[in-house]
Amino acid sequence: MTRVYLDNAATTPLLPEVREAMLPYLGEIFGNPSSLHDWGDGAREALDEARARVAGLIGGSPEEIIFTSCGTESNNFAVKGLAMAQPARGKHVVVSAIEHFSVLHSARTLEKWGFQVSEVPVDKYGLVDPAAVKKAIRPDTVLVSVMHANGEIGTIEPVKEIARITRELKIPFHTDAVATAGTIPVDVKELGVDALSLAGSQFYGPKGSGALWVKKGVRIMTLLDGGIQEGGRRGGTENVPAIVGLGKAAELAAARMDARIKQLTPLRDRLIRELPASIDHVIVTGHPRDRLPGNASFCVEFIEGESLLMLLNSRGIAVSSGSACTSRALKASHVLLALGLSHAIAQGSVLFTLGLETAAADIDYVLENMPPIVDRLRQMSPLYAKFTKSGKGGK
Amino acid sequence: MRRIYLDYAATTPTHPDVVAAMLPYFTENFGNPSTIYSYGQEARGAVEEARTSVAALIGAADEEICFTSGGTESDNYALCGVAFANEDRGNHIITSVIEHHAVLETCKFLETRGFGVTYLPVDKYGLVDPDDVRKAITPRTLIVSVMHANNEVGTIQPLEEISKITHEAGAYFHTDAVQTVGHIPVDVDKLGVDLLSMSAHKLYGPKGIGALYIRKGTRLASFLHGGEQEKGRRAGTENVPGIIGLGKAAEITRAELECEALRLTGIRNKLISGILESIDNTSLNGHPDRRLPNNVNVSINFVEGESILLNLDLEGICASTGSACSSGSLEASHVLLATGCPPPLARGSLRFTMGRGTTEQEVDRVLAVLPGIVARLRAMSPLLKNRG
Repeated sequence: MTRVYLDNAATTPLLPEVREAMLPYLGEIFGNPSSLHDWGDGAREALDEARARVAGLIGGSPEEIIFTSCGTESNNFAVKGLAMAQPARGKHVVVSAIEHFSVLHSARTLEKWGFQVSEVPVDKYGLVDPAAVKKAIRPDTVLVSVMHANGEIGTIEPVKEIARITRELKIPFHTDAVATAGTIPVDVKELGVDALSLAGSQFYGPKGSGALWVKKGVRIMTLLDGGIQEGGRRGGTENVPAIVGLGKAAELAAARMDARIKQLTPLRDRLIRELPASIDHVIVTGHPRDRLPGNASFCVEFIEGESLLMLLNSRGIAVSSGSACTSRALKASHVLLALGLSHAIAQGSVLFTLGLETAAADIDYVLENMPPIVDRLRQMSPLYAKFTKSGKGGK
Repeated sequence: MRRIYLDYAATTPTHPDVVAAMLPYFTENFGNPSTIYSYGQEARGAVEEARTSVAALIGAADEEICFTSGGTESDNYALCGVAFANEDRGNHIITSVIEHHAVLETCKFLETRGFGVTYLPVDKYGLVDPDDVRKAITPRTLIVSVMHANNEVGTIQPLEEISKITHEAGAYFHTDAVQTVGHIPVDVDKLGVDLLSMSAHKLYGPKGIGALYIRKGTRLASFLHGGEQEKGRRAGTENVPGIIGLGKAAEITRAELECEALRLTGIRNKLISGILESIDNTSLNGHPDRRLPNNVNVSINFVEGESILLNLDLEGICASTGSACSSGSLEASHVLLATGCPPPLARGSLRFTMGRGTTEQEVDRVLAVLPGIVARLRAMSPLLKNRG
C-alpha cells in the first residue's frame, strides 16, 4: 500500500547521516562526559562539537546552549526557571493563548505557586498583537513567553516586534522555537529574545534531544537539580548519542535550509489552494502568508477530524488533527478555539505537515483520496444533513 | 595498550543487542507514539512492550512505570511530585546525607519552597539507622527518600525496615535505585517502596532514558508539564529508541543478574583484599558485606586520589574517585565525609566499579601496577614527610 507521511510536526524521521554520527556513541565511545579519564574525553569533545553546531544554527554562543531531553523540558525549564529567578521583581507572567501545552501548563503550575498569568489573545490568523503584549505587561512582570511559530496552524509570530517591547522594559522574553528551529531561519540576535527552546525530533534529529538557549547574563533557576553537568544548569548524565545527533541535524539543517524551504513551500501552497477547491466548506487555518513552509492546516466542516484521520490512515496517509501531544485527549484544540472557531468546526481539524520526503505525487494522492472520504463521512453526518436541509448552502 | 574500564558506576557501555533493538526506531519506525495512525501505533506497541520488560525487572505492574529522561529526572520528579501534591498533608521530608546530588539538590530546592528537610546521618559504613528514621518521622512527614545502594561506597541500605517505619507513619517511601536495578535483585513489593528511580545507562542501556516506578494510588504532581504522554504524568514526545533500549537492557540484565552478581562479587573481593594486603595505610570505604557486587572503594593515605587516577590512566586503567556527576568539582566526597572519613583520606579515595566486561585478569593487572604507583606518589608526598 502507498504510505504517505504528512505528520512531520509530530515527529520527523532520523536522517541517515544523523544516525551514522550517533552510532559510535552507542558503541565504543560510551564514556560519561563528566569522567576525568580518557573514556570521558571522547564524549566530552563530542558534546563541545554538538554545542557549537546547535549554537551555529540559531546564532548563539556555544556556552549559552543547555542540552535537555526534549522541547517540553526546554519549555518547562524556561518558563519556570526564568519566572522563579527574580523573586524580588514580582510574580506575573505573560503568555499567548496558543502556546504549546508545555508552556501553558508550566504557567498553570506557576499559578499554583502564587504567580499570576496573563494570556494574550490572537487574531483569526493566530497572530499575537505586540501591542496586546505591551498592554498585558505590568510592573511585576518577570517573563513574557510567545512562541516563534505555532505547530498546529503554522502561523509565524511577530517575535521581533514583541522583543523590542520586552527589551525596552527589561523583561526576559522566551520563545518556543520548537516548530521553527531547523526549519526556517532562526537568529537569536535578530529576534532579540533572551531564551529559546528547540527540539531535535522536529528537524530530523533524534527523539530525546532538545536544547534551551539562554542569553549570557540572563538568570535562570535549574529545573533538574543534581550534578554539575551543563555548567550546573541541568543535572543528569548527558545523553551523548542524542546530543551528537542533535548537533549533526543542526548542521545539516543550517546547510540545507534554503533548499528545504524551496522544496516544501510550493507543495504546501498547492494543498492550501487545491484542497478547498476540491472540497466544499473547508477553511484554511493559520496565516495565509506568514506560515511554516511545510504546514497546511484546515478545518473540514460537518465532520469529525478523528474519523477523517482513520479513513485517511486506511488509505496509507498519516496526518493529524493537531498536536500529537494531545491527540489522545480528543478535545477541541485550544489553538483553533483561540482563533475564534466554534467547537463544531474545530472538531473537523486536519493538519498536513510536509517534510523532506514529501513529493508532488504525495500531494496528488491526498487530493485524489480525500474528497471521496469527506463525502462519505458527510453522508453519515447528522450535522451535514441538517445543514443541507436548511438550504443554507450545499452544492 | 589494552584499556581496562573500571568505572561502570559512571556509565556502562550500551549492550550490542540493545543497540540492535534500538536501531529500527531511529529511522523506519520513527513514528510519534501519541499519534493514532499506523506509524504511531507501531511505536506505541514497542513502547508498551518495553514497559512490560522494565516492570518485570522490578516486580511492578506495567502501568506503574513512567519513563523519564534519566535517573536525575526520576529523583527530581519523585520528590517534587510528592511534595507539591500533598502540601495539604504536611511539609516535611526525610532523606540521608549520602544521597546522590539529584536528591540532595532537589531537597535544597524544596527547602526554598517552604518544606522542612531532615538529613539523616550514616554510620562509618555508610548505613542509615532505621531507628533514626523512626525518631525523625512526624505526622507532617510526606516522604522519606533513602537510596538503595550508594553510588560511591556501594553500601546497600536496609530499605525493608525503613519503608516499614515510613508506612506506619503514613508517609511515602522513595528510593534512588539507580545503582542497584539490573545489578542486584530489586522487588518493589519486597522493598516496600512507593517510588523508585532507575537509569538505563547504568545497566547497559542507552543514556538519556530512565524510569520512575510509581506505586498505584500514589499522589504525585507531574514534573514536566505539557502533553498527555505517559498518561499525563510526563509530558514530552517519548524517546522511543531510548525506551526500547531500556526495555531490552532490562530483559538482558534480568536474565544475567544472578550469575553476574556472583561472578563480580568474587572479583570484587579479590581486588579489595589485594589492595588492602599489598599497600599499607589503606582502608575500605563502605560496608564489608552489605555492598554492591561490583563496587570497590578504598582510601589510600598520604596521596591524592586524582594523582592515582592520572597514573592509572597512563597504564590504560580507568577508575574514578567517586561520583562522575561531581568529578569536575574537586571537592572531597560528601559521602566519605559523612562516614567520618577525615578530609585528607577522603581526597585519597579511589573507586573501581566493575561490570559485564570485567575479568579477573584485569583486576590482576590493577593489583600489579597500583602498589608501584602509590609508592612513587608517596615518595613525593609532602603529606607523608610532614608526618615525620
